[in-house]
Amino acid sequence: MSATGAAAASHILGPVDQVPLGEGRAFAVDGEQVAVFRLRDGTVRALAAVCPHRGGPIADGTIDRQQVICPLHQHAFDLTSGCSTTGAEPLQAYRVSVDGEQNLVLETGGV
Amino acid sequence: MTSVAERAQSRPDGRARSRDSRRRLVVIGNGMAGARAVEEILARGGAEQFSITMFGDEPYGNYNRIMLSHVLSGEESDADIFLNPLSWYEDNGITLHAGVRADRIDRFAKHVFSSDGRVTPYDTLVIATGSRPHLPPMDGLYTPGGSVKPGVFGFRTIDDTRKMAEHARHDHHRHAVVIGGGLLGLEAAAGLRSFGLGVDVVHSGGHLMSAQMGPDGGAVLRRSVEALGIGVLTGSRTTAVLGRDRVTGVSLRDRPDIDCDMVVVAAGIRPNVDLAVLSGLPVERAIVVDDRLRVQDEDHIYAVGECVQHRGEVYGLVAPLWEQAVVLANHVTGADTSAAYLGSRTATKLKVAGVEVASMGLQGPELDTDEHIVFSEPSRGVFKSIVVRDNKMVGATLLGDSRKVAFLTQAYDRGLPLPEERLGLMFDLGTPGEDVGVAELDDDAQVCNCNGVSKKDLAAAVRGGCASVSGAMDATRAGKGCGSCKLLVKQVVEWAADGAVEEDPAATYYVPGIPLDKAALMAEIRKRGLRSVSAVFHALAPGGAEDAKSKMGLASLLKMMLADQYVDERDARFINDRVHANIQRDGTFSVVPQMKGGVTSVQQLRRIADVAEKYNVPLIKLTGGQRIDLLGIPKEDLPQVWADLDMPSGYAYGKSFRTVKTCVGKDFCRYGTGDSTKLGVEIESRFQGIESPAKLKLAVSGCPRNCAESLVKDVGVVAVEGGRWEIYVGGAAGAHIRKGDLLATVDSPEEVKVLTGRFMQYYREHANWLERTYAFVPRVGIEHLRAVIVEDAEGIAAQLDAAMQASVDSYVDPWSERVDPLTPGQFRTSLPLTVLPQVPVR
Ligand SMILES: Cc1cc2nc3c(=O)[nH]c(=O)nc-3n(C[C@H](O)[C@H](O)[C@H](O)COP(=O)(O)OP(=O)(O)OC[C@H]3O[C@@H](n4cnc5c(N)ncnc54)[C@H](O)[C@@H]3O)c2cc1C
Ligand code: FES
Repeated sequence: MSATGAAAASHILGPVDQVPLGEGRAFAVDGEQVAVFRLRDGTVRALAAVCPHRGGPIADGTIDRQQVICPLHQHAFDLTSGCSTTGAEPLQAYRVSVDGEQNLVLETGGV
Repeated sequence: MTSVAERAQSRPDGRARSRDSRRRLVVIGNGMAGARAVEEILARGGAEQFSITMFGDEPYGNYNRIMLSHVLSGEESDADIFLNPLSWYEDNGITLHAGVRADRIDRFAKHVFSSDGRVTPYDTLVIATGSRPHLPPMDGLYTPGGSVKPGVFGFRTIDDTRKMAEHARHDHHRHAVVIGGGLLGLEAAAGLRSFGLGVDVVHSGGHLMSAQMGPDGGAVLRRSVEALGIGVLTGSRTTAVLGRDRVTGVSLRDRPDIDCDMVVVAAGIRPNVDLAVLSGLPVERAIVVDDRLRVQDEDHIYAVGECVQHRGEVYGLVAPLWEQAVVLANHVTGADTSAAYLGSRTATKLKVAGVEVASMGLQGPELDTDEHIVFSEPSRGVFKSIVVRDNKMVGATLLGDSRKVAFLTQAYDRGLPLPEERLGLMFDLGTPGEDVGVAELDDDAQVCNCNGVSKKDLAAAVRGGCASVSGAMDATRAGKGCGSCKLLVKQVVEWAADGAVEEDPAATYYVPGIPLDKAALMAEIRKRGLRSVSAVFHALAPGGAEDAKSKMGLASLLKMMLADQYVDERDARFINDRVHANIQRDGTFSVVPQMKGGVTSVQQLRRIADVAEKYNVPLIKLTGGQRIDLLGIPKEDLPQVWADLDMPSGYAYGKSFRTVKTCVGKDFCRYGTGDSTKLGVEIESRFQGIESPAKLKLAVSGCPRNCAESLVKDVGVVAVEGGRWEIYVGGAAGAHIRKGDLLATVDSPEEVKVLTGRFMQYYREHANWLERTYAFVPRVGIEHLRAVIVEDAEGIAAQLDAAMQASVDSYVDPWSERVDPLTPGQFRTSLPLTVLPQVPVR
């Protein structure tokens, strides 16, 4: 990423409870489309929002603690690394966390 | 943990190795022949006799090269084709130098010199270096620096395949030329087509696959290949690759140039013999071996696979090398010193670019007295040609239909007498069917050519305890090559198990993440009082782990079992069920309002028209279920669309009761005998939206003309003479076609509704997840269903009716969720193209 010249930046995406437990929601951040997931244990993950297979909406996928399954053709991606377990190209993974005010904080660039 | 401890124990220090009294076996080449030879050696107690070292030029374990075509076409991932992963070498105590070339052998000192500077002594050596693509001389193949021009590819290794895929995926790359119209070239062409590239195959022979078949078969194959959108130029030679530093096209002799972004050269293979030549071993077309697979005049050096020449033959398919590996192992280990390899008859059975091809022996008649039987049906891509001499089969080519291949191969291999009526060679003429065929098949008959598995091997695996089809396939690898033999493998396993084929345990799980079948799962859920999907995972999944692939099935099951007692966790639902619409390929949704029995009104039509206009709906379509589909609605518009429509959901998205199709019925139709429309509307009103293991499509027809297609529905009702109604179940007319079975003939619409509900409830309780009724009904049997549902043989009818009633009572129209979204952002777009507020950088 740093090769493209994008500087590392963090973004506050607003309250974490915009994302229901066990689901994902998409955000447009700095021109990038990011799907943020909230696992049932309360932790959060973030991946690029567009499936590399045929452009499926990743935030609409079904998740467990490890993976998200794209709703269009069921390719699966590891929520932490973005690597596909079904042979698709990987999704970019982002660092994401929840701050003291219960806001989602996402980092772009310089990952 | 334990494995580390064990390893430490078995090799406490270097002394264990120096005490090693075993002889040293070194294998050069870690491909299909080398690894198979080692497997055969290990199977004969080789681990006690030898310490084994392998050199492989490719930096991986051994993989199934045949499957590279599937990897290229995306049907298989490259991780799934490994036959011997790196752990296999470790587990068997084999030292593997992966990514290391052997450069030279000193036959006198018995040393192998390799590219990493290592010198490795051996007592016995096996050479299995295989082949490489042949790049025929043409201009412009190489850059001035001497490397192959970027954009030119051979097709031999996993790395070749990855690079081709990467190149093909490049946005600006639109066209590919494949040089060579044999097996490999056609597979490459079909693979590249799947990337959406235009592909031309340039073949110097007069017809495709000229090594395997004659011109007539080649012409039929050409049609099938062209039907895949692949251009075919036969009798045409490529003279130059164009482009300065990358490929821009090719020049052909006698034809105009073709512009292209990549060239795949599949014009034959050449054995890898440099090492042998350099080391002074006898090499003609390939390394010369005797009937023991020993290199001519060498006592301690063997060779196997595509790099060998045996009795003048060099083979380019895997089947011969399985036979070679067995003989070699028998000699190397001394298990059977009388074993001899006498050559392989090349009967090939392949799947090329999706077309089944089998060929053996002669391609056409050679003597005046030869009989030649030919059947050609180009429109279906079927071609069969058989050559008979002295009442023996001496050659056959089969394209597009391989049903008789097992029999023909055997007739060819063993010179069996042939049926008087020659047509019987090509078609089953109501004489011995497929099953008898399997029983009659020779024990040694090869079932899977790709992995060299005979009927005997499969039968032994079944007797050894692998009584399931997939178990036997795993144990023998049968069916894991090109896949064209899977049907035969299944038949042989069934025959060997004598009807006692076991299901895989995992195949009976209701959902993959919980190791219980449906009945046991339901019992546990009841016993423990589980009411939500997360509670089920917590209580019943191994380690309490959630499993994304299991969520939707569990949600459906719990809703069915608990009706309004179900604790609905939205994340367990598939996106369609979260937003009550059907997701489309572009991430938009389709909206289908309920239109009971296909009956609508002026008001409804007007509202639908208004909505379509207001939201600029890109496509308005009548569905097969007699409704109106509004396609291309963005997620965020869904609630407002429903509000404007003010109609209930038609459930065109769920694994649930969908529609009841009806004909016009007796009020208007001249033929109608029963009021099908009224009954259809009533059925839909009663069962709207109930969830089930798979979708349910129903129909009611007012007379036996069956205008609503009741015979091919999950439940189909037909009015017959005398005011009676027939109920059919288990029909289908989609990817699968099946005529429904008659469940009952009843006297009144009321009874139709009761039995329909009772059948659906029984199906909901007993069918596997995603098992449509067309599979469920034949599985449990229509007699059983009649007994339980119509005659109440098990005394559960009242219970089924009550459970269905509870589901009916808990129905809520999901489109009412529009006012008050159930989860935050339920209808927020997931493809934020422009819609979302941009988040400022901190
Ligand atoms: C795309 C494709 C599809 C195919 N489809 C079919 C099919 O449908 N049916 C069929 O029967 N056959 C098919 N084949 C042919 C089949 O794969 C070969 O017959 C088989 O792999 C030959 O095995 P081998 O061990 O002799 O050679 P290989 O499998 O090529 O193994 C040789 C190995 O030795 C290594 N090596 C070479 N020289 C050295 C050295 N000096 N030092 C160390 N290592 C070395 C090579 O890197 C290679 O890994 C197909 C082949 C390809 C490429
Ligand atoms: S678009 Fe994601 S799996 Fe096809």
